[in-house]
Amino acid sequence: MTDEYKPPPLPSPFTNTSPAPVLLTQGAEAHLYKTVSLDPSIPAALKIRPSKPYRHPILDRRLTRQRIVQEARCLVKLVREGVSVPAVLSLDWEGQGGEDGGWGGAWLLMEWIDGPVVRVVLEQWEAWLKKNSSSLDQAQLEQEEERVRGLLRRMGHALGGLHKAGVVHGDLTTSNLMLRLPATSSDPGPTGVSMEGEVVLIDFGLASQSAQDEDRAVDLYVLERAIGSTHPRSEPLFESLLQGYRESYKGATSTLKRLADVRLRGRKRSMLG
Amino acid sequence: MALLETIDIPHLPSSLPVHVALYRNVENADYLKQQLLAGNSEFEYALIDASMVLSRAHAITAIFRAINDYMNGRLKSRNVHSEIVFSFSSTNNIADSFRKFGIADSTEDLLVVKVSVAPEITHDSVAAYLEASIKGTPVPFDDETLSQISDVAKIKKFYKLGALPDPKPISAEANGVYTDDAKRRLELSLLGAIALRGS
Repeated sequence: MTDEYKPPPLPSPFTNTSPAPVLLTQGAEAHLYKTVSLDPSIPAALKIRPSKPYRHPILDRRLTRQRIVQEARCLVKLVREGVSVPAVLSLDWEGQGGEDGGWGGAWLLMEWIDGPVVRVVLEQWEAWLKKNSSSLDQAQLEQEEERVRGLLRRMGHALGGLHKAGVVHGDLTTSNLMLRLPATSSDPGPTGVSMEGEVVLIDFGLASQSAQDEDRAVDLYVLERAIGSTHPRSEPLFESLLQGYRESYKGATSTLKRLADVRLRGRKRSMLG
Repeated sequence: MALLETIDIPHLPSSLPVHVALYRNVENADYLKQQLLAGNSEFEYALIDASMVLSRAHAITAIFRAINDYMNGRLKSRNVHSEIVFSFSSTNNIADSFRKFGIADSTEDLLVVKVSVAPEITHDSVAAYLEASIKGTPVPFDDETLSQISDVAKIKKFYKLGALPDPKPISAEANGVYTDDAKRRLELSLLGAIALRGS
């Protein structure tokens, strides 16, 4: 017997939306849909935090509200500061449920970013490298690595901009970095993998406002570990990301010093002593 | 002839279309404001000082927020039309938002919004009202027209966005890239401020 998964009913007003929002992904806390913005010709991303019936209703509302508002505040601040993130188009932290009119969860309508996530770009590039490594000469190899270094440097710049604005992401992985498709695409080279486009940071569900070296260094450390485990062939190039980061704002040097400490002890601070 | 536009905003029920008209050189703002203050229900419209409106998206975002709050029974002001004026605001101060975004005696450029909250409110009935009540020049409700009307300095000041770069008026020699970027950033910052009000 196969039970088809049914997502929770959409909160108001999205029960009216025609065509209905399309479910893209689902995490532990939220569902992400593709729909249209308030202009029907422009797409938008809709993040819904459904109510969790196993929690006490008052606690549930409070937590859900706190989290979605925190995410929206970070995004709005970053848009103001000119950091490239999806803009907030609309928000409701106490969305009403579908049929019974009760509490259905909270929602956040965001700008749609058209382009691949960096994880896919690096995976495709690594697959190409693996397939062709035997037939490549040194010059070709270096040229390809230079392209990835360029991408990593731009990622470092984006992260520096984020931290400079006083926000830490809290969950940096290559799945939470996108490349906004440029209006005109250029030749992707022999690999067929384009690395063009502005680096856009997404998913601020665990983000917070902080200007502490510790929090910033943990952001970098988490991303470094994520790249090490999902993109082993790109890992040796991580230094380029740090280089881009170093160039992007004044406080970067002390954050990078802290990163060295974090590497020795891991993400969590020791609670001993 | 009124250039009245009737808009079905996505995500809202089709039973709640929104009627929007933009006017320049309005001559009877003081009279319209009087009617509003007197609570004359025939004049239950959202009357917005168009110089505080940056773009179409800015206006529609405020309208959407007001109607969503209306549908969920969360109005902070008397009705959905006063709520639209209030929804332009980034603060919870209703009186202040009416002063800043609402019609004043000196208003010359006016954005008029009416929501079909009752079946008798139709495109035709709104058009007839506008024809009879507003002495001004109807102009299209689009970004090009609004860019000639909006007072960017005043808008930035109200939303406390003075640090943002200024969108420059469209000029012949500009290649458009920088001006568009600055305007887009300002616009998206306004949308965020509207969404976060009361959070």
